[in-house]
Amino acid sequence: MKKLKAVTYLTSALAATAIITGCGGGGDEASGDGETKTIDFMHLWPEGSSADHNRIVEDIIAEYEEQNPDVNVELEVLSNEQYKDKLQVLATSGELPDVGMTWPAGFMEPYIDGEMFAPLDDVLDEDGLRDEFVASTVEAYEADGNTYGLPLELNVATVFYNKAIFDEYGLEEPTTYEEMEEVINTLNENDVNPIALGNRDRWTGSLWYMYFADRIGGSDTLTNAIDRSGSFEDPALIEAAAKTQEMVDMGAFSEGFNGLADEEAKSMFMNEQSAMYLIATWDLPNYTTNEDVPQEFRDSVDYFSFPTVDGEGNENSFVGGPGVGLFVSENSDVKEESKDFVKYFTEQWGDTAVQDAGVIPATTVDTEEVDLPDMYNEVLDDLNTAENITLFADVQMSPDVADQHLNAIQSLFGNEITPEEFAELHEQALSEEE
Amino acid sequence: MNKVMSNKWIIAMYVLPAFLLIAILIFVPLILIGYYGLMDWNGIGPMTFIGLENYINAIQDSSFWQSAYHSFLLALFSTLSLALYLAVSLILASKIKGADLLRKIYLIPMLLSSVAIAQLWIKVYNPSNGMLNTILGWFGVADPPNWLADPSIVLFAIFIPILWQYAGFYILIYYAALKNIPESLIEAARIDGATPLQIALRIKLPLIMGVVKVTIVLAVVGSLKYFDLIYIMTGGGPNGASEVMASYMYTLAFSTNNFGYGSAIGFLLLIITLVVTVIVRKLTANKEEIQY
Repeated sequence: MKKLKAVTYLTSALAATAIITGCGGGGDEASGDGETKTIDFMHLWPEGSSADHNRIVEDIIAEYEEQNPDVNVELEVLSNEQYKDKLQVLATSGELPDVGMTWPAGFMEPYIDGEMFAPLDDVLDEDGLRDEFVASTVEAYEADGNTYGLPLELNVATVFYNKAIFDEYGLEEPTTYEEMEEVINTLNENDVNPIALGNRDRWTGSLWYMYFADRIGGSDTLTNAIDRSGSFEDPALIEAAAKTQEMVDMGAFSEGFNGLADEEAKSMFMNEQSAMYLIATWDLPNYTTNEDVPQEFRDSVDYFSFPTVDGEGNENSFVGGPGVGLFVSENSDVKEESKDFVKYFTEQWGDTAVQDAGVIPATTVDTEEVDLPDMYNEVLDDLNTAENITLFADVQMSPDVADQHLNAIQSLFGNEITPEEFAELHEQALSEEE
Repeated sequence: MNKVMSNKWIIAMYVLPAFLLIAILIFVPLILIGYYGLMDWNGIGPMTFIGLENYINAIQDSSFWQSAYHSFLLALFSTLSLALYLAVSLILASKIKGADLLRKIYLIPMLLSSVAIAQLWIKVYNPSNGMLNTILGWFGVADPPNWLADPSIVLFAIFIPILWQYAGFYILIYYAALKNIPESLIEAARIDGATPLQIALRIKLPLIMGVVKVTIVLAVVGSLKYFDLIYIMTGGGPNGASEVMASYMYTLAFSTNNFGYGSAIGFLLLIITLVVTVIVRKLTANKEEIQY
């Protein structure tokens, strides 16, 4: 009998919990009605892993709510991968948050096709917000003549190198491919791994190919080949693939790079086992402000722009692209308020983000006005004078083609295919798409 | 009690909760996956009905068959390694010193999560700092292989941790089965002058044949739908060299946003697994079960 009692208690306790949580859910709904309007905002910077980002978001929201007392911003925070999954599930059931974060180009394509995101051109044209952005960041969020996102971050890839190792062997920052070759040979002769590369993640290798394509063929060749006004069989692009393989044959990259993750390559660079590392500027905090990294190492890291090849190429041209941007849901019942909120958010984000979280924002930063480590100032100045930023190839392509591009990159690096076959694979993938 | 069980409503009450859970969580999604396979769908936007196109494409898709080949290879190796596990269990079940401790040691990999195992073996296989290549270096191997980067060996390099991961599980099952064999049978055999090897092969093995059959089905089915270590350790790469059916399905549905096609592959995976299970059961079927 006693047992039965326990079961009864347990069941009623469960039922009570269900009622309480049920009520909680109901309460949220109710607050959306009436005088104050509620904007649901979902972002991907949890307190645990991105404390600075998280705090800046909280601050901006607090300020916004103070200025707009009739608006209430409800937050939901998830980490990167869960965020992607949840966004997809919510979209399928037509319940996207009013404001959320998206990645540019290929990622947002299905959402645009499904008419889930609201065009934000009216926001951009109001008060000249469009001009605040660094060249070719907003463009990455364009589709069918409309802009669907306001970029928050900007990342460009540069070659970071370890000055201590360079000094030890009397090496200088290479500015041409020939000098790069010499650096690599010298390092190899001294048994130092020249370049850390984790090509299991595949986009890491794509960066090398893209830079060669940019230096050899100019800033448009690759982009044209992807949007089909050009071709991957362009001699410049074949040459770029050949140069990539030349680097592999030279022994430029870490051993077994096709099986290494980017994280592993990064740790090789950070443990001073490798002299160079091509990565985007999201890694800057590791080489400047991150207290968890030994000061001595941070002081010894510097960067240089990708060298020119055979006297061709523009050192002011970068491979990179915006990271996440804000979208407003097309089906939101507080669309106007949401648009106002994303505008306010982007305006406030820039300076605070770079200063407090080390994020390079997609809006231009006046380096005179903010107090930053030197390397940041150099990068920001580079960006302000950047003549071109070519969007990461796998972001430019549709997810399907991107996957084939990345696989082809792995095979190219693994010397399993020739540059000609590499071009052919792309042509095939892109023509299937048409 | 009998009275209670004769009431149909009571029976239904006991059966329904579990039945509903299984129906909602397993059977409904199964049917839905088959249905999504008929659609051209990116997982987010509107669906378009395209009939059997996805299934036809899948059957002509060489990448799919390559991944299926890898899955079957894994099934073959898992089944073969059962013999090894059986041998280990036979030794553990005979009264040797430290059998208890050894049994626990064999079980450890099963207690680790797949992610931890994957990270562990990624470190072991690291081409420059990894344990394996360091040891090979001591023995004077000048140019040790890049285990996870070389397309010709990556698949086998991943099979090893997979087999290692499940060894404890099968050893535990065999051990329990062997311990169930009545001591009197073994003693009788011994009195009749059977050698230990004869006892193992002629007495013990036939008596646990039922369990062995179950483990073969488990190993084959488990291998065909295997996903986790491969996804974490190589993501199916380099360029599909370690792709299996489940990881291929995942890549299609979630990385390339090709949900309809991914669903079709998932449904084919289900059918293949079903057919293979039936075949394995037929092949291992035995007219009379041995009783003791």
